[in-house]
Amino acid sequence: MEKYRMDPSKGLEFGLYTLGDHLPNPETGERIPASQRLDEIIELAKLAEDAGLDFFSVGESHQDYFTTQAHSVVLAAIAQATKKIKIASSSTIISTLDPVRVFEDFATIDLISKGRTEIIAGRASRVGNFDLLGYDLHDYEELYEEKFDLLLKINQNEYLDWEGQFRAPLKNAHVLPRPLNGSLPIWRAVGGHPSSAVKAGYAGVPIFLATLGGPATLFKRTVDSYREALEQVGHDPKDFPISTAGFFYLAETTQQAQRETYPFINSGMQKTNGRGYPKQHFAQGANPHDVMNIGSPQEVIEKILYQHETFGHQRYIAQMDFGGIPFGKLRKNIELIGKEVLPVIRKYTAK
Amino acid sequence: MKIVAIAGSIVGSKTKTAIQYATDKLSEKYPDAEVNLLDLADYDLPFSDGRNYLDYQDDAREVTEMIMGADALIIGTPIFQASIPGTLKNIFDLLPVGGLEGKVASMIVTAGSQRHYLIPEQQLKPILGYMKAQVVQSYVYIEDIDFYQKEITNDDVLYRIERLVEDTMTLTRTYQKMREEKEAEYDF
Repeated sequence: MEKYRMDPSKGLEFGLYTLGDHLPNPETGERIPASQRLDEIIELAKLAEDAGLDFFSVGESHQDYFTTQAHSVVLAAIAQATKKIKIASSSTIISTLDPVRVFEDFATIDLISKGRTEIIAGRASRVGNFDLLGYDLHDYEELYEEKFDLLLKINQNEYLDWEGQFRAPLKNAHVLPRPLNGSLPIWRAVGGHPSSAVKAGYAGVPIFLATLGGPATLFKRTVDSYREALEQVGHDPKDFPISTAGFFYLAETTQQAQRETYPFINSGMQKTNGRGYPKQHFAQGANPHDVMNIGSPQEVIEKILYQHETFGHQRYIAQMDFGGIPFGKLRKNIELIGKEVLPVIRKYTAK
Repeated sequence: MKIVAIAGSIVGSKTKTAIQYATDKLSEKYPDAEVNLLDLADYDLPFSDGRNYLDYQDDAREVTEMIMGADALIIGTPIFQASIPGTLKNIFDLLPVGGLEGKVASMIVTAGSQRHYLIPEQQLKPILGYMKAQVVQSYVYIEDIDFYQKEITNDDVLYRIERLVEDTMTLTRTYQKMREEKEAEYDF
């Protein structure tokens, strides 16, 4: 776990992630300027740090209604604006980027942030980046596996020889700068399906598991498959952290939390994925065994503890800014996390 | 209410003839409904490669958005080689999993003989069910013999298409009411 800068004795880490979505407020139809959205993301990271959260990450998405395509630039600004909180990409679409360049960027951010930076590499659920950046979608799988593998090799070797299908070969290449402590924690972003988690297990890398909604037991299968795959190739699962990610929002009561978030999540999903969130499914999200952490602080605390018992994960990251939720509400949520949620989940998960 | 009628083949005229008759009847009986006839022969569509439908451009984007925006679909299909044509199957492949949730779907089938009368039951209905459409149970099955020079000559077929149009609209309205009632139960 030390390799990934995790200390399970301190309990479950808690963080936030944003996809940098830039959506109109469904109630007013208005959209804040992109500059304001970026300012607010940086401000959100500062607030998270002040409230004692462990982690903050920014994803890239190359399509309408998103602002953080250049997510490493945003993370550099956050590195400068904060002092303690861990920062990362969630995720970096490694398939359509050059791993050498990604490593250079993130090692630089690690130096600026004094050793707080991580990379979460994914392969994109939406694929606007393939056309935009000049890649062929037919190579979706191969691009990801090859480039992710190269990124891991650069992380492990300051000098390397490398040859592959999608990039010019490297001959005794010296990749600089090096991160503060020699290497970066690099995670594999995994959707709900076990097959991707199994590949992460074979590669011996930690996973970031997206769990937007549904029963926790459904995702337990993916977690179990991952740990089995690690063991199959001779790793000890105890050495590899797992993080989960999903929708989160607090209000005085669960009913109020649902009322305040549903219009944003529904309209945001409609705009970015083409389909809204069925009310019936959303309503089931309030079930104590569902992974969706939208509710009163007390109910959400109990859900997070239940998820921790189910998954045995080391970090949870919350998405609470999706769909244009006004900044004032996010600020209030961070206060509640700091005051009410963190002390309890740390108390019950620390070893 | 938005209805999309699909002529599911890029060759031949019988499916198009039948689906055109259905849309004419629909416009005549339900002037408030917005009806669009989607003739696959008018579009140049790629085979699905698994991406989200919003990530397609041009014709594929237009066709998928039209279908996803509909409240009901009237699907016209010929039977080729004991199955629905690949062009129609490709339309389903271009759409997301469960992409027909909340939509009503009905079927008009044209075929060369009676030998294929169970093909819609065995091949089209399972797809519509998997994609969560509310399927109008009875469908209209039309043989070659019922056409003459791009017109349907069998009155029984015309009656059945009219009834299918009415059933489609009745189920769509009923289903919308049911959903509204269900959604009103939630306080968010």
